[in-house]
Amino acid sequence: MALQFNDETFRDDYSFHNSERAIKRFPFPFDKDSYMYAVNMEQHRGGPSDSIYEKRFDVDEHYVSEMRDRAMVLADDPLRCQSLPHMTLAGWDLLELIMVSKSEDYPDLFELHRDGDKWHWVNKPLGIDDHFTFMDETTLPYGPMEYITRQTQGDFCVLDQRDDNLWMDAGTITTQADWSLDFDIGMNFFEWHAPVPLAHEKGIFVRALKFLLNIQQGAPARRLNWTMTVNPLLDTSPENYHKWGIQKTSLTPENIGAKQHLRVELQTFFRLPRSNALVFPIRCYLCAFQDLMTVPKWGRRLHRVIRDLPEELATYKGFIDNRPIMLDYLSQFDDGLPTSNGIWPEIDGEPPLKSD
Amino acid sequence: MSGAEKISVRVTEVTALNELVTRFRFESLDGSLLPTFSGGAHTVVEMKDGDVTRLNPYSLMSDPFDQTAYTISVRRDDEGRGGSLFMHNSVGVGDEMVISNPVNLFSLDLRAKKHLMIAGGIGITPFLAQIKQLDRAHGNWELHYACRSVALGSYIDYLTSTHPNDVNVYYDDQEQAIDLECLFSGQPLGTHVYVCGPKGMINWVRGKATELGWPREAIHYEEFLAPQPGKPFEVKLAVSNKVIQVGEQESLLEAMERSGVDAPYLCRGGACGMCETRVIDYTGNFIHRDHWLDDEGHSSGEKIMPCVSRFEGKTLVLDR
Repeated sequence: MALQFNDETFRDDYSFHNSERAIKRFPFPFDKDSYMYAVNMEQHRGGPSDSIYEKRFDVDEHYVSEMRDRAMVLADDPLRCQSLPHMTLAGWDLLELIMVSKSEDYPDLFELHRDGDKWHWVNKPLGIDDHFTFMDETTLPYGPMEYITRQTQGDFCVLDQRDDNLWMDAGTITTQADWSLDFDIGMNFFEWHAPVPLAHEKGIFVRALKFLLNIQQGAPARRLNWTMTVNPLLDTSPENYHKWGIQKTSLTPENIGAKQHLRVELQTFFRLPRSNALVFPIRCYLCAFQDLMTVPKWGRRLHRVIRDLPEELATYKGFIDNRPIMLDYLSQFDDGLPTSNGIWPEIDGEPPLKSD
Repeated sequence: MSGAEKISVRVTEVTALNELVTRFRFESLDGSLLPTFSGGAHTVVEMKDGDVTRLNPYSLMSDPFDQTAYTISVRRDDEGRGGSLFMHNSVGVGDEMVISNPVNLFSLDLRAKKHLMIAGGIGITPFLAQIKQLDRAHGNWELHYACRSVALGSYIDYLTSTHPNDVNVYYDDQEQAIDLECLFSGQPLGTHVYVCGPKGMINWVRGKATELGWPREAIHYEEFLAPQPGKPFEVKLAVSNKVIQVGEQESLLEAMERSGVDAPYLCRGGACGMCETRVIDYTGNFIHRDHWLDDEGHSSGEKIMPCVSRFEGKTLVLDR
């Protein structure tokens, strides 16, 4: 089925919406009825047909509008995209990885023609048709990392690897869950994760770093992470907290189904061959509570997860004050029936919600 | 399956450089392009020598941007367990082999204002790839290369003819030696030093740099250890519930693999840390040979790196 790109906004009138197809392929992040941190990594080598795992870089109905939103964020705040001088080679690595992946995975949308270092890139959805010289920055309108991440959904952290650590030395970060590239730039793995509660005590970061340092060429990995966002905002940055933070107080029993969104990040990890850097794409998917509730399994499970989540995590994820109103809403969709394991919706396998 | 992704290749050139060193060129079996890599990376070459399969790491020395072929240079080790002898005596043009995707444990620090390279003998190979990478980016580097004699100095003609101002060669048999103190004292701020060669050279360079106050982060080294032969010993693998014998000419890791245990590994040279294994119980002495565990780790009796380390004693029980 050909992709239809939505014309929608992630600000002001919030016309963002998910089609039925998008809801079905939404990456619901809970594989059981409770949640705690774990090093939940798996290989990133495809997945079920039309799932968000199928391609190396998922392109969905929000692509064109998300790229328009990114351009607006960068116009307002150029520091959302930074690359320290030694990271240019990694930027070319990233450009190559994305162009090769997208042209192979979506040949009807993207084309890459290479003749030695003379490259020709066609991005049909965004109307881009550029000729440039690979490894020659002067032939592109932006640096290589900025050029390609203005055309790819998700945030991108490009991490230098040295001294048995990873360093946040480049990135394009405009759709983030309340963290700042401008603040974290140059930090190492432990420094930028310092604010996360509970996980340090569990030794999660020591194990996660060890895993990431050993990610090899041709063997990418992935995991899901999640939080909550009121209104379909991509840009929930600390820089703009004064604009979006106040919106968290606007929930009512009447509007919560439409306004409250589960925000899920598909995090992937690729070794970059020419630079030996690691790229960490963080792709944000949003889904309104009322759309999630159309899947009976997700309705039952989301209520149980949010109800039983440790207070520290609800605080860190920024919804502790809204948890009671969320639970009032979600409990309507939990009839106490058991749920099946795994994240998939199982529309045909799970019984519909029992009505009283 | 443990280890990096595999690539099936054909040997397309075998070139004897001198009495000890032979170069091998690999091209992919199906004609596809090989992955690019970063200077300093190695590949693990699988050698099927009769019933024995050895996997040895070799630094990639070809241009990291050249996807048509990889080249490695192998120094013959007459005292070793036979990996290099197998390459020298049994591998010929047209042979099919399996190698791993490139893995880099000896990366350039691209923040460096200058890269000071110190090579001993066959330790020249990773620098050949790094030099090609740096030349493309107009990087600032300088090489000091010590070898036994003119006859045994691999790639000297190539290096001195292409980079007459950046390459300095020292011949042991002419009693030429690198004057480290002088060399280090003349370097600009922001210089990183890289050393690859025999253990004695690595320790000498690291020790001198540390003594002169170079920051730890600016000192890089790589030494692949070939597993050394030793007395046979017995190991109990608690998770797999197996008792295995490690022969005189095989490593503990190889013995586990021979017994059908899929143990994790990457470099197989004691450097990367991937094969670190917990010791559950032991009576006897460890022969630690890796660079991964520190002195405390070696004396703790709690961990062993099965790719290069051995054991002598009565009982060894591992968490594998």
